[in-house]
Amino acid sequence: MSEHNKNVKKKPYGKMVFMGIISIALYATLLSKQDVLNDYFGRGGLYAILPIATAFLFSFIHGLFTGHFWTVMGIEAAKKKKEVR
Amino acid sequence: MHDIAQAASNFINLDIMNITYLFIVGFVGGLVSGFIGSGGAFVLTPAMMSLGVPGLVAVASNMCHKFPKALIGAIKRAKYGQVDVKLGIVLGISAESGVLYGAHIQENIKKAFGDAGSNLYVSVAFVVILAVVGSFVLRDAWKTYKSGNTHEEEKITKLARWVQSINIPGTMVYFKSLNARISVLFTIPLGFATGMLAATIAVGGFIGVPSMIYVLGAPSLMASASELVIAFVMGLGGSFKYAMHGLVDIRLAMIILAGSLFGIQLGAIGTTYVKPFMIKVVMGVIMVIVLFSRGLMVPVYLSQLGLIQTLNEGTVKLLKNTSFAIMALALLLGAFIVLRAMWQGRRAEQKAAEEALGHVKA
Repeated sequence: MSEHNKNVKKKPYGKMVFMGIISIALYATLLSKQDVLNDYFGRGGLYAILPIATAFLFSFIHGLFTGHFWTVMGIEAAKKKKEVR
Repeated sequence: MHDIAQAASNFINLDIMNITYLFIVGFVGGLVSGFIGSGGAFVLTPAMMSLGVPGLVAVASNMCHKFPKALIGAIKRAKYGQVDVKLGIVLGISAESGVLYGAHIQENIKKAFGDAGSNLYVSVAFVVILAVVGSFVLRDAWKTYKSGNTHEEEKITKLARWVQSINIPGTMVYFKSLNARISVLFTIPLGFATGMLAATIAVGGFIGVPSMIYVLGAPSLMASASELVIAFVMGLGGSFKYAMHGLVDIRLAMIILAGSLFGIQLGAIGTTYVKPFMIKVVMGVIMVIVLFSRGLMVPVYLSQLGLIQTLNEGTVKLLKNTSFAIMALALLLGAFIVLRAMWQGRRAEQKAAEEALGHVKA
């Protein structure tokens, strides 16, 4: 039995909820401040850094959340490592 | 430039329906991208335009969701040992120059022949390239399936063996996915062609992945995973270029990203359950179906250019709607094959685990 338990990994519920809250907060800000964001982000020139930085930030936070989400849902990579060559 | 600024001021109003629609299209596009390394963009851009987003803003916003998505996908697949970062970066840099050159050609065609000329060029590029490469990829996958050797390791092509055998001093680089040193004089034109295709039809991977497999000799799983690195490099450069002109609608890009990050993670996980030839099946199927979708639009553009008899409005509308529906079908079918293959792989793994447990108990 103890052997079996060793193989059951603890699911990252806490991490998923934490990253999910930050992700939702980011999206809520994005949608509630649309006018201000469109104004600054659409200016071009050096303001180009704004959409690029935003894309990195969202991908980091939301990427971690979605990764934990599938783990919690029990969808993970095949146990047996695939030989690619 | 004034026109560009004008386009940027045309950022659409978003309601819950638009957001849901973009999220779902993003999810399906991400799922396919996570699996074959690219795809999705050919549906996402027209999907945004169908909401009233100006063409340039749609292209720019798609690009700005593509590079972060590719980054997350590449990181995920690197964990499975499928990414050749060096090959991705080397091809990605030459792809960047291909994107710039491709965009330049597009601008010149647009200046000389207008929107219809530009659209015709894009459609003909779609049809010709997808017909040649798509049918080749699909035929290869079919041959592997018929031979019953789907479990065996992939054999590299004669062309790839020849490329790997050429030694040009001062240009040789070792790539782990090929387990060989090859000359960058071979990778540069392939990367360039990938970039040109990305600038023309928005999906560079339809050249990038097959060329890594058949010309350089990379395994399918590594080729599709390394394509994500190319997409990241190309997408980052392209997004910056468009953002400098204020064309990125960050709301659209991030909403699509919200769905596509769910999809790309699932697609990446899916690659660990399937046989490598499934990458070719999904890619080939999508390419061949999209080819018909774009082929339908060729008469529309020919008629707009006055090269054939003018089509009536009803026929044009019918062809446009059918074309979009076929394109969406291609993406959905690709997603279905990915999910089905993943489901079967998981079932097989669970069954094997249960059998192993049964043996231990016995």
